[in-house]
Amino acid sequence: MAITASRGTRAAKSTRVRGRGAINSHSPAHRHDGRLAWVLIAPALVGFLVFFLYPTLRGIYLSFTDFKVLTPPTFTGFDNFVRLFGDQVFWSSLGVTVYFVLLSVVFGMTVSLVTAVVLHRLTSNTVVRGIIILPFLISGVVAATTWSWMLDSQLGVVNMLIEQLTGEPIMFLGSRAWAIPSIAMISVWKSMGYNAIIIFAGLQTIPPTIYEAGRIDGANEVQMFRRLTLPLLRPILAMVLVLTVIGSFQVFDIVAVTTKGGPANASNVLQMYIYDKAFGQFDFGYGATMSLALFAMLIIITFLQMRLMRASESDTN
Amino acid sequence: MTTILKPTPRVTTELLTTPERPRSPRGRTRSRFSPGRAVAWLYIVIVLVVTVFPFYWMLRTAFSNNYSLIRDPGSLLPVDFTWGAFARVLGLASQEQSLAEGGSGASIQILHFLLNSVIYATVQTVAIVFFSTIAAYAFARLRWKGRDLMFSIFLAALMVPGILTLLPNFVLVKDLGLLNTFAGMILPTALFSAFNIFFLRQFMLGLSEEIEEAALIDGAGRLRVLFRITLPMTSGPIITLSILGFITAWNDYFWPLLVTSDDSVRPLTLALAVFKQSSPQASPDWAGLMAATLVAALPMLLLFLVFGKRIVNSIGFTGLK
Repeated sequence: MAITASRGTRAAKSTRVRGRGAINSHSPAHRHDGRLAWVLIAPALVGFLVFFLYPTLRGIYLSFTDFKVLTPPTFTGFDNFVRLFGDQVFWSSLGVTVYFVLLSVVFGMTVSLVTAVVLHRLTSNTVVRGIIILPFLISGVVAATTWSWMLDSQLGVVNMLIEQLTGEPIMFLGSRAWAIPSIAMISVWKSMGYNAIIIFAGLQTIPPTIYEAGRIDGANEVQMFRRLTLPLLRPILAMVLVLTVIGSFQVFDIVAVTTKGGPANASNVLQMYIYDKAFGQFDFGYGATMSLALFAMLIIITFLQMRLMRASESDTN
Repeated sequence: MTTILKPTPRVTTELLTTPERPRSPRGRTRSRFSPGRAVAWLYIVIVLVVTVFPFYWMLRTAFSNNYSLIRDPGSLLPVDFTWGAFARVLGLASQEQSLAEGGSGASIQILHFLLNSVIYATVQTVAIVFFSTIAAYAFARLRWKGRDLMFSIFLAALMVPGILTLLPNFVLVKDLGLLNTFAGMILPTALFSAFNIFFLRQFMLGLSEEIEEAALIDGAGRLRVLFRITLPMTSGPIITLSILGFITAWNDYFWPLLVTSDDSVRPLTLALAVFKQSSPQASPDWAGLMAATLVAALPMLLLFLVFGKRIVNSIGFTGLK
């Protein structure tokens, strides 16, 4: 932090210590920084305090209360949590959600990875990548409405095809067995392109020389994919994985439009159940308790993500 | 991965590795025919068809007569081509007309909802990007006490999922008397975005400070430097975040669902879901639904036509951060 530096050397200095308060705080240019800084971050700070920190803390508090919105919350200790442990519907919702997450992740990650790798190998044409991103641009509601028409058991075009092949239509969204796989399929359709583009961008950062070196060392294609491509992609794959898991855990719009949680709770995912409790039955306290449970799960996933990413760093460096 | 590799190991493994032969300087791999490339292109074509077909089906159904759909559900072209479905959802068709073409009689004031969506998504996006930019500037360029602490707190918010805030924020908006208002819909997400601030700050730190310093020495005020120098230089990431933010806001369903109970400020995405849920289970007006769906998706598709390449690059770019 040199105080008396000519302009040239100060600029040189600032590139070196960038981010750690590059310029000196006593220089005239920074005299009024403090006041201005607080003005500039004031809107963000208000937003953070009022709409993020306060509601998060209030959410934790409300989960220990009986709260029906119209009357003030009454503290009930661990009652909601005891109820949660005995709530069959909650556990079945959790099971349904985990099933959905697993299907979306396994199917979605596989298709995204294969698509990205094949695309990267074949063409750098932006039009092709542009087309596969289309479903990401539309809302879950639009995607779900369109697919519920295409999957319709009587007039849906998908069932036209299936009937031609097997003679039997499939009740995609109307049967217990198919509801969640169908919703997962719609979700994968919507997010595949987005994930593939992120993985594609990751592939572009891998220098081709690495593969040449691998070839010289006598590695075959399988070895190079497993030993070079996958490890180098790991940070990106870890990120896509966690985004998919966190997003899938909170799936709501596709379910709300296609099945509303039915038939007979077969697709009653956690977010749907929370919504139903809080806004269908005005049981806000219990809704908050379930949100807290979901919150805890997401925190654990985020934590695991950081472990996963750090592991990859020590691996590749 | 092994499960994918099994069926045709030779072909697929070749595909799954990135350039296995040195590329020519222009970055093109050999273009002569090989079975591997053929399978790969076939795969891409299938992916593209599965991606695009639902959009085509929307279009095809929206231009069909809803009654005739029953007669010929598998036809690849519109059945009894008509603009009727659009007239129905835009409220231009009379009751008789709409019933004659298999409408349910229910209509959706689509222009009203479209306007709501435009207001909601635009105001929300402009506000959040603007407030994030000025905050990012304070973190990137100004020296002040508590800066690093404040930044770590904001960064921690990036790690904490927002799921807990939904119900309490609803209660807050309700207590403020802001249910069924744009303010109630927009405010909670218009002020603070940890991701935006972080993203913009990182970018600003990478900008050369020399021009800014020169301007300061020439007597320009900090705010002038921010708006006349730093902001234009940050336009790339600002546009990126605006596009992604606009898409997210336009497609948002859950929050508007919580804070609106009537049609006054309801955005199109939500109105569409309500329209879908209220259409009769027995014989839904699929043509009308697809017409409404198309109108809801159209602004995004236009955005795509204009900014397609930028969107693709933005997504790859944000992913690498």
